[in-house]
Amino acid sequence: MAKLTISGVGRIFPGVQGGPPTTALDPTDLSVEDNDFITILGPSGCGKSTLLRIIAGLDQPTSGFVELDGNRVSRPGADRGMVFQSYTLFPWLSVKQNICFGLREKGVPAKEQDDIAAHFMEQVGLTAFANHFPRMLSGGMQQRTALARALANDPKILLLDEPFGALDHQTRSLMQELLLSIWEKHRKTVLFVTHDIEESIFMANRVLVMTARPGRIKADVPVSIPHPRDYKIKTSPAFAELKEQLTEDIRVETLRAAEMAA
Amino acid sequence: MGQNSSFEPLKPVAPRTRAVLGVGFFVLFIAVWAAATLGGFIKPLFLADPVKTFAAGYRLFTEYGFLSDIGITVYRVMGGFVLAMIVGLPLGIAMGAFKPIEAFFGPFVSFARYLPASAFIPLLILWAGVGEAQKLLVIFIGSVFQIVLMVAVIIGETRRDLMEAALTLGASRRGVVTRVLLPNASPQIAETLRLVLGWAWTYVIVAELVGADSGIGHMIMDSQRFLDTGQMIFGIFIIGVIGLITDFAFRAINVWLFPWYAGR
Ligand SMILES: Nc1ncnc2c1ncn2[C@@H]1O[C@H](COP(=O)(O)OP(=O)(O)OP(=O)(O)O)[C@@H](O)[C@H]1O
Ligand SMILES: [Mg+2]
Repeated sequence: MAKLTISGVGRIFPGVQGGPPTTALDPTDLSVEDNDFITILGPSGCGKSTLLRIIAGLDQPTSGFVELDGNRVSRPGADRGMVFQSYTLFPWLSVKQNICFGLREKGVPAKEQDDIAAHFMEQVGLTAFANHFPRMLSGGMQQRTALARALANDPKILLLDEPFGALDHQTRSLMQELLLSIWEKHRKTVLFVTHDIEESIFMANRVLVMTARPGRIKADVPVSIPHPRDYKIKTSPAFAELKEQLTEDIRVETLRAAEMAA
Repeated sequence: MGQNSSFEPLKPVAPRTRAVLGVGFFVLFIAVWAAATLGGFIKPLFLADPVKTFAAGYRLFTEYGFLSDIGITVYRVMGGFVLAMIVGLPLGIAMGAFKPIEAFFGPFVSFARYLPASAFIPLLILWAGVGEAQKLLVIFIGSVFQIVLMVAVIIGETRRDLMEAALTLGASRRGVVTRVLLPNASPQIAETLRLVLGWAWTYVIVAELVGADSGIGHMIMDSQRFLDTGQMIFGIFIIGVIGLITDFAFRAINVWLFPWYAGR
């Protein structure tokens, strides 16, 4: 049975100030297997965040439903971890306390919390910053902390909404390798939204391409490059071929999105 | 450089410069006051000069037991204010967090907030006499609605994405309130309390001008009978000094309690 099932999930936002309603997401079906790493590509405004928020239980679909391990999703829960597009560390908590937020909520003993936090701080390379507050961290460090915070909670599925969107190219590459190595070690089910075609191929075993608004899944492209992967595969022929195909797919949609806006 | 670069918007000043500038204005203020009074531009009946004022102040402390007046006034302000906090904080937090509660109390609180506390004094004297209960109630009425409303607004303005992050980490309803809404709002709530405490000081003096036999306000009222502008001004001056001290204390406590807060 699939880990996560999305059946006919659509979302229409009511019109703003008497305007027409916005269809953010056309009814969408998707089936995610355990340990899948799925990346979602699509032009801006095509409903990627909306889809992730519905899976997280932060937003309700206007049609359809989401099931995780056969259970209907109706509200947010610790079984679906999320890293947001914006910076969402709690400013009043240190890096370590941020990472322990979910553990504390679950009532995990302090000693165990310490161990888990130490482990993930090491994984994302922030051990030296355990007691820093978020405002003292760079954007990349904040997103790494947010990733560690989500991972520490050991969710069944990880929802990542352009977590590296605001980072420069180099940092971004490092973060991709970091996340991939963590995934290769811990084997999690991941849905990863991105604008970046290279990133989408590098990370995924399946790339979904979405159409311009209203969003719909237009293509479902398997990526069979074996693991462990490192940055060198980005120059391999198989990679280049996929990249060309996806670039074409996305280009069409981005043009359509631009036409709609005009 | 130099002059120009100090005037960048929101650019902090060095602590030393800050202290010099702050004290500087007091010096200027007293200098102008001295020039106006000692220079004979204003009649002593209307405005005592600094020398007379501080001499009167010295006598107030040594001969008239002014210290106990100050003590009783501080007690009234703090008593009324703490009562207002005990009621206002939980209600404001509940209103900010839960919209049905806000819908229920909100309109009344907005209405009550505009009722001038001083206008209640005659009524409160009827209800509670001229004792301490009446003074505390004036402060309470003057502060509680402000606290409720401002705290509700602050809590209600919590960034939605922080709350959502907490929810995806498994936070319960209670967890969201106690571990996100409250800590997030604390620095601004502390700032609000500092402001409202300032207003409470204006109410206490009004309460003491009417039907009191002790306190700074009562002393000022008494001095008016003897046309002792020196004493009156000194009384007002002392209120300012106490305000200044509490402000500094509040700020120091805030910096110490909320080291993570950048919006200063
Ligand atoms: N709360 C809302 N009210 C009304 N419309 C909304 C709301 N949230 C999103 N939308 C609309 O839904 C559409 C999809 O938004 P969404 O945030 O899912 O896009 P996205 O694919 O994540 O875009 P980006 O890549 O730029 O982050 C947008 O056109 C947006 O205008
Ligand atoms: Mg988005």
